[in-house]
Amino acid sequence: MAEERRQKQCSVVLPTESMKAMAESVGVGQLQEESCVALSEEVSYRIKEIAQDALKFMHHGKRRKLTTSDIDNALKLKNVEPLYGFQSQEFIPFRFASGGGRELHFYEEKEVDLSDIINTPLPRVPLDVSLKAHWLSIEGVQPSIPENPPPAPKEQQKAESTEPLKVVKPGQEEEGTIQGKSQGATAPDGKGKEKGLIRLKPRSTHELSVEQQLYYKEITEACVGSCEAKRAEALQSIATDPGLYQMLPRFSTFISEGVRVNVVQNNLALLIYLMRMVKALMDNPTLYLEKYLHELIPAVVTCIVSKQLCLRPDVDNHWALRDFAARLMAQSCKTFSTTTNNIQSHFITRLMFLQSWLDDKTQWTTRYGCIAGLAELGPDVIKTLILPRLAVEGARIKAVMEGPVVSNIDKIGADHVQSLLLKHCASVIAKIRPQPDNVEQYRTDYGYLGPMLCSHVMKARTQAALQAQQVNRTTLTITQPRPTLSVSQSGLSGSTGPRTPSIIKVPSSLALMSPRPGTPSQPSPPATKYIVMATSAGAASTQQVITLSSSQSASPVTSTVPSATSTLQPLVKLESGSGPGLTASRPLQKYIVVSLPSSASSSLETKSSVLPTSISSTPLDTGMKLDRSESPGASTQSPH
Amino acid sequence: MAAVQSGMGEGVEEKDIKTEPASDGFGNNNANDGRLVSTSPGSNAPAASNKPVAGGPPEDQQTLLAVLQFLRKNKLTESVEILRREAGLPEDDLDPNGADSSGAGTGGAAGSVDSDAGDASSLLTRVTVSSSAAAQAPTKAAAGEDQPDVSVVLSAYSQQGDPALYEVYYSSLKRFIETVLDCHRAELSQVFYPLFVHMYLELVYNNHENEAKAFFEKFSGDQECYYEDDLRVLSSLTKKEHMRGNETLLDFRTSKFVLRISRDSYQLLKRHLQERQNNQIWNIIQEHLYIDIFDGMPRSKSQIDAMSGSLAGEAKREANKAKVYYGLLKEPEIELPLDDEDEEAENEEGKPKKKKPKKDSMGSKSKKQDPNAPSQSRIPLPELKDSDKLDKIMYMKEATKRIRLGPDNLPSICFYSFLNAYQGLTAVDFTDDSSLIAGGFADSTVRVWSVTPKKLRKVKSAADLNLIDKESDDVLERIMDEKTASESKILYGHSGPVYGISFSPDRNYLLSSSEDGTVRLWSLQTFTCLVGYKGHNYPVWDTHFSPHGYYFVSGGHDRVARLWATDHYQPLRMFSGHLADITCTRFHPNSNYLATGSSDRTIRLWDVLNGNCVRIFTGHKGPIHALAFSPNGKFLASGATDGRVLLWDIGHGLMVGELKGHTDTIYSLRFSRDGEILASGSMDNTVRLWDAMKAFDDLETDDFTAATGHIHLQDNSQELLLGTYLTKSTPVIHLHFTRRNLLLAAGAYNP
Repeated sequence: MAEERRQKQCSVVLPTESMKAMAESVGVGQLQEESCVALSEEVSYRIKEIAQDALKFMHHGKRRKLTTSDIDNALKLKNVEPLYGFQSQEFIPFRFASGGGRELHFYEEKEVDLSDIINTPLPRVPLDVSLKAHWLSIEGVQPSIPENPPPAPKEQQKAESTEPLKVVKPGQEEEGTIQGKSQGATAPDGKGKEKGLIRLKPRSTHELSVEQQLYYKEITEACVGSCEAKRAEALQSIATDPGLYQMLPRFSTFISEGVRVNVVQNNLALLIYLMRMVKALMDNPTLYLEKYLHELIPAVVTCIVSKQLCLRPDVDNHWALRDFAARLMAQSCKTFSTTTNNIQSHFITRLMFLQSWLDDKTQWTTRYGCIAGLAELGPDVIKTLILPRLAVEGARIKAVMEGPVVSNIDKIGADHVQSLLLKHCASVIAKIRPQPDNVEQYRTDYGYLGPMLCSHVMKARTQAALQAQQVNRTTLTITQPRPTLSVSQSGLSGSTGPRTPSIIKVPSSLALMSPRPGTPSQPSPPATKYIVMATSAGAASTQQVITLSSSQSASPVTSTVPSATSTLQPLVKLESGSGPGLTASRPLQKYIVVSLPSSASSSLETKSSVLPTSISSTPLDTGMKLDRSESPGASTQSPH
Repeated sequence: MAAVQSGMGEGVEEKDIKTEPASDGFGNNNANDGRLVSTSPGSNAPAASNKPVAGGPPEDQQTLLAVLQFLRKNKLTESVEILRREAGLPEDDLDPNGADSSGAGTGGAAGSVDSDAGDASSLLTRVTVSSSAAAQAPTKAAAGEDQPDVSVVLSAYSQQGDPALYEVYYSSLKRFIETVLDCHRAELSQVFYPLFVHMYLELVYNNHENEAKAFFEKFSGDQECYYEDDLRVLSSLTKKEHMRGNETLLDFRTSKFVLRISRDSYQLLKRHLQERQNNQIWNIIQEHLYIDIFDGMPRSKSQIDAMSGSLAGEAKREANKAKVYYGLLKEPEIELPLDDEDEEAENEEGKPKKKKPKKDSMGSKSKKQDPNAPSQSRIPLPELKDSDKLDKIMYMKEATKRIRLGPDNLPSICFYSFLNAYQGLTAVDFTDDSSLIAGGFADSTVRVWSVTPKKLRKVKSAADLNLIDKESDDVLERIMDEKTASESKILYGHSGPVYGISFSPDRNYLLSSSEDGTVRLWSLQTFTCLVGYKGHNYPVWDTHFSPHGYYFVSGGHDRVARLWATDHYQPLRMFSGHLADITCTRFHPNSNYLATGSSDRTIRLWDVLNGNCVRIFTGHKGPIHALAFSPNGKFLASGATDGRVLLWDIGHGLMVGELKGHTDTIYSLRFSRDGEILASGSMDNTVRLWDAMKAFDDLETDDFTAATGHIHLQDNSQELLLGTYLTKSTPVIHLHFTRRNLLLAAGAYNP
């Protein structure tokens, strides 16, 4: 490996094109090829030399990061005037451009309006250097205080759980003892004697100190107690405290036992609390949860598919718990699923196994759980596993809804399943099914649920279009929907949950940096046309609408969209004005839906010459604002 | 005079006259500003320190001639006169030489330099020619150079061999070494690296760029991994023009690469090369390598690896033969107002009784002279002031409360984090009594904090001072300006990042060294700059006060360490010999010696008295960034970018231990007050504690094979490691043991 690197070192020389480009930039037009070669070698050599000197300054500056000031100092050593203007502490934002067969990286210097700078309020003054003392070690033992790192880093937890023997294998004693020592510190513990012995199991570290025991007691009591404020604090602590790894086995046992008991007792509230604990544990970045998934996952799955989770299934909102648990499961699939443990596929097979038994005898509750669990795993799973079953499920729902009244509970269950299916399937269908949405077509494809699906799909389409329109060309931050679950204590007393599980709040995922003032929320002028570009893959596909306020009102815009990659033929559909749904009221509106591969959609913005107005109208200020808000004063340091 | 003073007694293997030392002298003079040679006739040291450390009498002569040439060229006739008088060279001594050389008839640099210097420089060329003539007919030496010294140095490469054959030569040697007996293979393999470098440089020098590249690509992978940094420099060097002004290269060229090889192995190599008529390689070995031959068993691979890694090979055995007085100086006798004071102040029954025997034992200890200690007046030391005596008393008091450390009794560590430093903290120091912390920053400021409740106060202004009653008892208290009291003070003055910082032992002064090439002395009474010591023209990487005050040392990018006294604006001594930047400097506890660590991966120990280099320690594989003397003065610990701590026995001049564990540069090393524990702080965010007692004890039971200088290091780092303490995200850049053996650590939090 080292050899390869060295050989590379030997051969790296700046390309001669760069020399030409630089020469041109200072006004030397025709540079001969030999001069270019000679120059590039010389320049490469000098650059390497300067880099080596700059490294010296980095070392003496006690840093790991080479900064621009190091380069400046190295230049000063060589009696060269340092470069002015590169003062950034972090990386230098080089921009890339190509054209005319050339590729360029350049440092973009923006023109700055001085009045802007003058008028902006001053950033906060950066905090002054200060000195803070703490105990790194007391007589050889590192106290667990916030200033010190967590006793065992995640890597070590992982190493302990995945390679427990490594620590004591005689051959690898050296590495092992470093780890051992870093924790115990005091113990030279008669190494010589133990050397010969091969311990098969590492010493278990299950003793908790008195403080930890107290903490554990407090936390668990608060988590399942009645005071909501205390619970929030406890969960917050679980989610952030770095030193919990020793208590992790206790917590996971607590949760799994708790679920087991409370499912039998149908204690919905407690189940919810326990699930929230699971969530908090998963949120804690310092914990290596993999070791305890075997306890946590069954508990979560139980909360998804159990037949009965509460005393009065007709009244209590156990659906919310199922949704929440399903989301947790999806999250853990995402974070923990690897090729070796393959949680996701296990989970899916498990649900499918249940589902295959989903004959009429199966409870609606379990059915709901299965579908919710699958649906949370993403559009791909919905597409392959749920959509094919829509007709069957539809028939079952129909049997309950339209057949003789069996029981209220069944009816409610069927109702929930129906809305769940509609909710999840509509968005997926909207993406994979070409327009137009024909009710009859839907009925033949999806059976009983067809017509409802059709209207949902159309609603989804318009909504997506509207969102995309706002999103277009502005800086977009999508916050991952984070499930939050809160149960009011009174909920136990029995107010019927609303149809859609309202106690789960999923914050809207779009945060717009600057809503465009000119964006019509409801497109009223008839001349406006929309080009909807939807990426064909991915769940959170960004959909963009570009508004053209063109004067040529009548003629529909022919799609002159030069797709850069053009691997996928753009699908251009002209929707007839008389289509059903929301848009039917405005006869002159035309929707052109262009489906493009996701990669093409971005390059499309910059390249298309057909869309001049919309591009220029987008204020670039958003980017500037972002830059400004990162003033150094905003960030204060503290080792907590 | 310099010639007279060459006390080293070098046994030079080959007696050929070389030009390397000459140019070495040149380099030094360039750096040192030749004026200094003549301006300090009062002390013998500057001249002594100017002379290259390694060099026998004939080479010294050459050096002098070279110096003379340089001076003449720069029209410093007065200096020439003085120097010649000092050295006892008759004027006409030079001229016949010059005539001789012109008779030799090669062009060389003689044509290009002005007539003034003609005689001396042509002498140099003649010398060059005579040395290279042994090998092959000298070809065109680069004529018309602006820098005759450089061209002279390089011209030794001008011998032409068939460039295509270099690979053949090298690989045939490689085959030979691979087939020799195992016991010789490791030793002979040492030859590879210097040969490789010199062959590559020859190719480059003779404009065989493509061959050079091919040669490099083919064989660079064979070299030991610890030479990787140098190979990187080498790989970027592909043109003859690049060789000019490349310091690394000049170093390589001017200093002979030192190898230690047993006689048997050497004979084997010699026979092989002579049989094969492999002149190319033989010439390189003759000219550029110094082979230190010893009788006895060949060394093993691990023994060799332990000692190699420096830029110029191992140290010659002779280099470490000089006697070093590493013992401590006798503690001054202090009268005992302290006991009365103590009794009155504390009114404890047990205290005075305890104190008495303690005191007696100390007194008796100080009475018998350590045979290894230098005489008390070897270096003139400042007299103790009353305040110093008070401080000594405080020190002794604290010492009685000191915790006895050991493997079962580890120190507590208090960590001082610099918050909001924005990656700008570059140096830290504590005062000996741990009352103040100073930090040097990349923004050129120096900040001083008080970590005790006692705030920092300035002395009142002159006008206000006049108003004070000078007879009062608390005059020292009255002169302070209460209005200026604060926890920290900022010192402005430098114009570049502050890389080194050091408190004076009496806490009145603070030294700081900076990228701007100056060392500044600050008063901690007025919080102003008192002196800016100029002399280094390049960044000064480190500075350190002598433990007795008054003297301090600085070292930097110009490769010269300077010894200063606070009341002289010019250096008292200059220590030159390192081949790359001096990265850290430390005084020996007895102030008679100082150690410098360098980017050339060696540590040198210098005698303050005469400026001689008395020890060269090789074995590190990266630039050295931390040094620490053990409190008893016997041992030295060093830490480098390779993450290893090496322990050295100063008296024997041997490596005695290697502590592996850190994964990044070690920036700080410190022994506990009694020397039982060594603490190391590193860029990898850890503080590690090592059992120094054990490391040195084990060793004393071993008998040294000091004659050959061989060492057997057992790999016992893990047994010696007593603890590892990880910080959250704070590189540890300074460590300090308080007088009671509490460990203080400091670094900037780096979110």
